[in-house]
Amino acid sequence: MGIRAANFRQLRFDKLSRAFGSMQALKDVDLTIEKGEFVALLGPSGCGKSTTLNILAGLTPATSGGIWLDSTRIDTLRPEQRGFGMVFQNYALFPHMSARANIGFGLKMRGAAKAEIARKVDEAIAMVRLQGQEDKLPGQLSGGQQQRVAIARAIVVEPPLVLMDEPLSNLDAKLRIEMRAEIRRIHNSLGATTIYVTHDQEEALSLADRIVVMREGAVRQIGAPDELYARPAHMDVAEFMGFRNRLAGKLTALEGERTSVSIGGATLSGVARAPMAVGDPIVVAARPEDMTVDAEAAASIPVTVTSCEFHGHAFLCGGVGSDGAEVWFRSGRRLALGAEARLGVDADKALVFPTRERPSP
Amino acid sequence: MTDAIWRPPLRARLAGRGVDSVTLLALPAVILLFALFVYPFGYGLWLSFTPKDGGALANYAKFFSDPFLYDTLSRTFWLAAPVTVLNVAAAIPTALRVRLVRRSRLLTTILVLPITLGTVLVAEGLLTYLGPQGWLNRVLMTLGLISHPLRLLHNYWGVFLSLFITGFPFAFLLTLSYVSGVDPALENAAATLGAGPRRRFWAILLPLLLPGLAITLCLSFVQAFSVFPSAVLLGAPAGPTRVISIAAYQAAFEDYDYSMASAIAIIMGVAQLAVVAMILAGRGLLYRGPAAGGKG
Repeated sequence: MGIRAANFRQLRFDKLSRAFGSMQALKDVDLTIEKGEFVALLGPSGCGKSTTLNILAGLTPATSGGIWLDSTRIDTLRPEQRGFGMVFQNYALFPHMSARANIGFGLKMRGAAKAEIARKVDEAIAMVRLQGQEDKLPGQLSGGQQQRVAIARAIVVEPPLVLMDEPLSNLDAKLRIEMRAEIRRIHNSLGATTIYVTHDQEEALSLADRIVVMREGAVRQIGAPDELYARPAHMDVAEFMGFRNRLAGKLTALEGERTSVSIGGATLSGVARAPMAVGDPIVVAARPEDMTVDAEAAASIPVTVTSCEFHGHAFLCGGVGSDGAEVWFRSGRRLALGAEARLGVDADKALVFPTRERPSP
Repeated sequence: MTDAIWRPPLRARLAGRGVDSVTLLALPAVILLFALFVYPFGYGLWLSFTPKDGGALANYAKFFSDPFLYDTLSRTFWLAAPVTVLNVAAAIPTALRVRLVRRSRLLTTILVLPITLGTVLVAEGLLTYLGPQGWLNRVLMTLGLISHPLRLLHNYWGVFLSLFITGFPFAFLLTLSYVSGVDPALENAAATLGAGPRRRFWAILLPLLLPGLAITLCLSFVQAFSVFPSAVLLGAPAGPTRVISIAAYQAAFEDYDYSMASAIAIIMGVAQLAVVAMILAGRGLLYRGPAAGGKG
């Protein structure tokens, strides 16, 4: 009983491409999504994540490639034949219909009986916790309530896939966190498969089972949130996963993943994240919390402290290295401005990327 | 001793009601409105109640007792109403289509051209185009679709066609602006929920367009109701297309009875207002909120 997601096993993108004139918005995207997954498409604006979602919904045609739901090819179907639920960025609620009529619209289009529509709409309203608001017009509802109507409207038809296009970007910060939990709760209780487009890494990391990081129309990395956060495969993915310092240097030794790098005379150890050779110019990416203060002289970078702010559990300090590069780090005690600090990096968390990426084999 | 109640100065009290020196900027418009509309209208109204002979209502009594005069009212209505409905009905699909065309500006320009030409030029053109030896009849006869030339001039259909040609662009432009005001995401949302093109139109687009279409209907009707040049040039001004403006013209410039002409003009205005009021009353029952889905 209750609203459940329709059954299927697997959704597969096969070399999906889309060109707008001479601009290649999407390049050979291959992706497989299993039933029940919560997948986030993450990337900066213009990376092709919304294009992917629109092609999946049938609102934009693909230039080449295909989409398969189990053994059915769906990219040739019109949007109304696909039966996916979609939540739009501006909600796209029908302004002349009550919340109840909005939610029931999809069922009505499917020719459901009146009694069944009423029963399922009531259930959906309960699921998104909108009791008491159902007879209002969208214009009379707050942003969060409109969002709930949009979600209820998309899930009440029990779609195999729920597509969400930056659904939280129009809400204020507090509501965004509240609705984030709500979306995950609804996903779990429906047993739905959700594809969620966002440019907010925090949203993707906290919501998704798997994140697809996109950039310039191509998939850069696919992985679980903790994996992407700790072990990004590319410098640009690393930059998208929260702040990291960038320390430029040269690769001096390489053994499997273990590396030694030379940065301004100091020798540090790190983890190689891409193919490279000894002598290559490299960049070490490390988070402020993975830097250590007062490291041994030979394995540390000298910086002049330029700022030191108390952040409760630690001090967040900034310094300038001998090459003029800014470095941010955590310190257990207050450092005097202008003093010299010697910074080391946790060898397991210092990610080493080649400055210029070699074409993948 | 008097208990003086302190009142803020006049200037502050006026400002509180939104009247300050900036309000003076509206003065030229108000003067213009009075000089060009309110005064002539009032004068015409007064004139219509001061007939050449008889009591104050003599002109109106004459109008409604003479079929040669009161028939013009229904003739004008039966010309204006169908044309208006046709104009708006044709404007909707055209606007919906033009909205999706990439080079819509060129198409819009072509469609709007008849407005800039003016009714007289269009009527002159139609005189030769629709005539027995005109292009239309020749093509139809060459194609073997008709054996005798269609009679499209100096009757109801000549005026009807000319009103369509000059009225359609106007209805189209207004409708296009209303159609562009509907958020395209709403149609996409309806599509993902399983609504085909037909049901998207009836369930989403049309209800959101109706208030705008009511306004378009009003303006198109008023425009068609005051038809004059094409009724004279393309119609039968003595018979089936003797519209009310012709009756007013004849009263004023053939009988030199300005009082009667004013009465006819007032009747014409009241008839137009009645139709507009009816349409607007219907519009009041519709949803009239924004045509976009939610915030953003």
